[in-house]
Amino acid sequence: MTPELVSVTIDGMTVQVPKGTSIIEAAKQAGVLVPHYCYHPSLPSPAVCRMCLVEVEKAPKLMPACVTTVAEGQVVHTDSEQARKARTGVLEFLLINHPLDCPICDQAGECELQDYVFQEGQAATRYGEFAKRYNPVEDFGPDVLYVANRCILCTRCVRFMEDVAGAPVLNVSERGDRAYIGIDQDQLLDHPWAGNVVDLCPVGSLISKDFLHKARAWDLDKTASVCTGCSQGCNVMLDTRDNVVVRVRPRPNLDVNRHFICDHGRMHYRWMNRGDRIEAPLVREGGRHLATDWEPALVRLAQLAARGGNTVILASGSASFESLAQLRALVGKATLTTGVQLLLADDEQPLPGVPGLALRHERAANGTGARLLGYGEDWNAAVKAASGANLVLLLDVTLTDAEAALVSGAGAVVVLGTTLAQALPAAELVLPVTNVAEESGTFINRDQRVQRYRQARTAPGMARPAWWIAAGAAGTDIGTAAEAFAAGAAMVPALAGLTYADLGLNGRLAGPPSRRADGVPA
Amino acid sequence: MGYPHPSHAGEHPVLSKHFGDAGARTFDGWVKRGGYEGLKKALGMTRDQVVEEVKASGLRGRGGAGFPTGMKWSFMPKEVVKPHYLVCNADESEPGTFKDREIIRWTPHQLIEGCAIGAHAIGAERIYIYIRGEFTHEHRILLAAVDEAYKGGALGANVFGSGRRIDVVVHRGAGAYICGEETAMMNSIEGKRGNPRIKPPFPAVAGLWACPTTINNVETLAAAGHILRQGGAWYKGLCRGNPKSTGTKLFSVCGHVQRPGNYEVVMGTSMKELIYDMCGGMRPGRTLKAVIPGGSSVPIMTPAEVEDCLLDYEGVVAKGSMLGSGGMIVMDDSTDLVYQVMRLARFYAHESCAQCTQCREGTAWTTRILEKILAGKGRREDLDLLLDLADNMTGKTICVLSDSCAAPVVSAIRKFPAEFDAYISREKQPVMVTA
Amino acid sequence: MSTAHAAGETHQPVFVGPTRAQLEALFPKYPTKQSVLLPALWLVQEARGWISEGALHEVAEVLGLTPAYVKGVVTFYTMYHTHPVGRHFIQVCTTSPCNICGAEEVTKAFLRHTGCGELGATSPDGRFTVIEVECLGACGFATPVLIDDDFVEGVTPERVAGILQGYK
Repeated sequence: MTPELVSVTIDGMTVQVPKGTSIIEAAKQAGVLVPHYCYHPSLPSPAVCRMCLVEVEKAPKLMPACVTTVAEGQVVHTDSEQARKARTGVLEFLLINHPLDCPICDQAGECELQDYVFQEGQAATRYGEFAKRYNPVEDFGPDVLYVANRCILCTRCVRFMEDVAGAPVLNVSERGDRAYIGIDQDQLLDHPWAGNVVDLCPVGSLISKDFLHKARAWDLDKTASVCTGCSQGCNVMLDTRDNVVVRVRPRPNLDVNRHFICDHGRMHYRWMNRGDRIEAPLVREGGRHLATDWEPALVRLAQLAARGGNTVILASGSASFESLAQLRALVGKATLTTGVQLLLADDEQPLPGVPGLALRHERAANGTGARLLGYGEDWNAAVKAASGANLVLLLDVTLTDAEAALVSGAGAVVVLGTTLAQALPAAELVLPVTNVAEESGTFINRDQRVQRYRQARTAPGMARPAWWIAAGAAGTDIGTAAEAFAAGAAMVPALAGLTYADLGLNGRLAGPPSRRADGVPA
Repeated sequence: MGYPHPSHAGEHPVLSKHFGDAGARTFDGWVKRGGYEGLKKALGMTRDQVVEEVKASGLRGRGGAGFPTGMKWSFMPKEVVKPHYLVCNADESEPGTFKDREIIRWTPHQLIEGCAIGAHAIGAERIYIYIRGEFTHEHRILLAAVDEAYKGGALGANVFGSGRRIDVVVHRGAGAYICGEETAMMNSIEGKRGNPRIKPPFPAVAGLWACPTTINNVETLAAAGHILRQGGAWYKGLCRGNPKSTGTKLFSVCGHVQRPGNYEVVMGTSMKELIYDMCGGMRPGRTLKAVIPGGSSVPIMTPAEVEDCLLDYEGVVAKGSMLGSGGMIVMDDSTDLVYQVMRLARFYAHESCAQCTQCREGTAWTTRILEKILAGKGRREDLDLLLDLADNMTGKTICVLSDSCAAPVVSAIRKFPAEFDAYISREKQPVMVTA
Repeated sequence: MSTAHAAGETHQPVFVGPTRAQLEALFPKYPTKQSVLLPALWLVQEARGWISEGALHEVAEVLGLTPAYVKGVVTFYTMYHTHPVGRHFIQVCTTSPCNICGAEEVTKAFLRHTGCGELGATSPDGRFTVIEVECLGACGFATPVLIDDDFVEGVTPERVAGILQGYK
């Protein structure tokens, strides 16, 4: 059913939006950002910060754009003198008790108070002689500090915990200008999704201990990626500084994770920066691994693959769709057994306020992609088959000693690995591959949404995406991630017609085209 | 009767007729004085008929806003799908106002009767009477009266044999001025912080527990019994000024008058008559300096404005202020207006719920500036700053607490500049302000 | 049953015996348990004189709320004591209408006669705590004073000593 549309004019631009849309959202359609603090599209709106007051023609007073819905023919001015004065007034009120400690505040550079004050705040204070409110810093929990003095009481954190996480452990305590965000003295902010309060906080009041004083916001490079913490496929931003991943933050995708990620995913990045990397192709000669160039390494890999016979692939469930596809293609004619490491956990941690969003049992990012390519889920069976195989290919997997012993019994072992710990002594070839932060590729999440992630840092040494290695050995003419995706998609009927470019920033659903159109999983 | 003073000839006691008469407090005593006749009559009428009668009376909300009561009742859905609720606002907290307390203290059944009529008119089975926590004595009286009303058949599963069920729950506040705001009151009843809610939705659509709800002031509901008993036309006839303001109104007069207390007069009576004749005017040797006519939240009036002001909704507006709750603070020439405005600002800063930025920060900042002026450290620019802050605090928040803080400040600076100048020019000795 | 909490002390449950019965009687009056919060807190304060952390946790538990939520509510309402107070709690109204009638002198008289010394402090004998309070809603009877649950009207500094006689 098509929603009824109403026509509204915002700062001279007329737009058509569905009936019931708030002015603040309609303004976005008109290319106007109405400054705001308490409003957040994934939280209920309390309209308390009063920053988004706008002039609506024929209304007796300024209206909060976050809770006022559009009406047919409405004319809105967000930048009239009245509206501007109201905003300047709010900014001044917010600043009188704000410490202005931007030089030591982690939020500086991505602070909405700083931004809007810079935009239209007053240059000088009129509060001068009075002391500012003081409250000590509180340790709220595993990763969250509350710097009360910076708090503007927008209550996003309280509403997130209450309305989205369903665990009201935060409150507004006291009233008037004595108010602050409180937590019960016996309670910690240790909900599996609690870290989102740090992202939601528009100022530097709730800050991450993990990120504390790590980097200034303006020194960060931001790259769109997909979380590898589980099969949910939450969209994330990898923040790097000097080629080091220093922070993972949610990237909005209303169909997958709205504006949130769980703490498991948030903290799931340190391994991306590991220093013990395989940096060059290694060939075993006389019981030793010797570094070599890619060309001889690929020739050797091609020879091993051409031997045929029983071949086993043991792959990480978080390997890219492209790499899984090309590895399979490389050994196309052999008798193949495959096993994918899905890292199944006992628990699932849903976020009650967002249906369909949870930290999933399957703690690998691309299990669905692997299954669509025909990879087997019986890891133990595959490992067992490896011991008697002609050739075993390992893709970014870390084996237990027992598994390594079984695998080492194979005719030949090729390791495509990231860290030196993955390089089995028995391997014929050890080839350096990139990790998720170092390559571009796709994952297919549990709802069959195909999602792209982008390269966030340069790869160490000579590491290459595994698809590049496999395609090179196969002599296939695939030079880009887009081509690798196309080649993989051609192997999976559900992906027919999907192109890499189509996937955009929010991904597309696999399946027949009719399913893709509305973007909702069946 | 009258309390603490006998009724003055200029008064027209309807609601206050039995103030000071402890015999009127009991169920039997109330019945003996003609009580519960209005309710019985209402029970014989349809919801619409009751609403029409009250509409005809011209009764307007006595809590301060002056919204026509019959119309408010008519906003409630005709069909009862979800439960309907009536909330009686007995959270009388507006500085200068103490009329509802007297109604409950002397005539609790007058209120219960009005509540039951209101409940019938809006199709509610349950009434919450929200009484402020500080009214300990009145709380006990009300609880006892509710018990009696159940025993006497005025409340319960079958009110006076009508088949109609009406229950009363007395809900006690716990110290928060803002809970007198109707949406904050609903939150407080629901067991939440008393934060005002955004409107819409309006209470008649989604109030208590998201059900249709009407909130009426004690005095408004108390009047309903009399209107039902004596007819809307009778009530409408009680009018000495603007025909849009009808009936009698209780005025709480406090401060520097010889006989402070509650005075019930017909709408449109002159303010001067009330202050000078009924309340006995200023103390000997003193002259009038200022009046805050409608509870502390309204603009301050000068003696010149008081001179020919009529006590009805329109009359006080014509003089630049508002009738509000009818709580009248009278100040003579001994009053330090700067200090008293600071006290009022401090009151609002203390009571701000902390939701809206302008209110949370503005009320406290305003207080600090006034304290600074009192301490002899003020500058002329501080007055401009106060006016500008007041502008930023007016008309921009969820409820009007912020506006209420600004109103006396602005009117004091505009109408009594000399009071501020005396401190700023150091003519007057600084005042040590204790927090 | 007792609830241990961070402060280390052991909380003796409030909602037992008649107090439990009073609480149970409240439930039918409201459609949600949460709505019983204010009356339940009153029951605690009546029983214990103040609302301790342990009591706060107990209230949260019986109403199915989180302690943090209850704390947010408790700190909103000024009549709930989150600290122990004197045996008799004295609240003097000093808002404008009473203020212009000499309420601050009444406060001083209470501080002097109780030995409290300063606002909010408890007298050395534990008998009294005196605070200033915003508008008690009895402006025509300046100065009203709330002593525990007794509402005393028209208090003047001269009357203070006599009034205190009644509170041992």
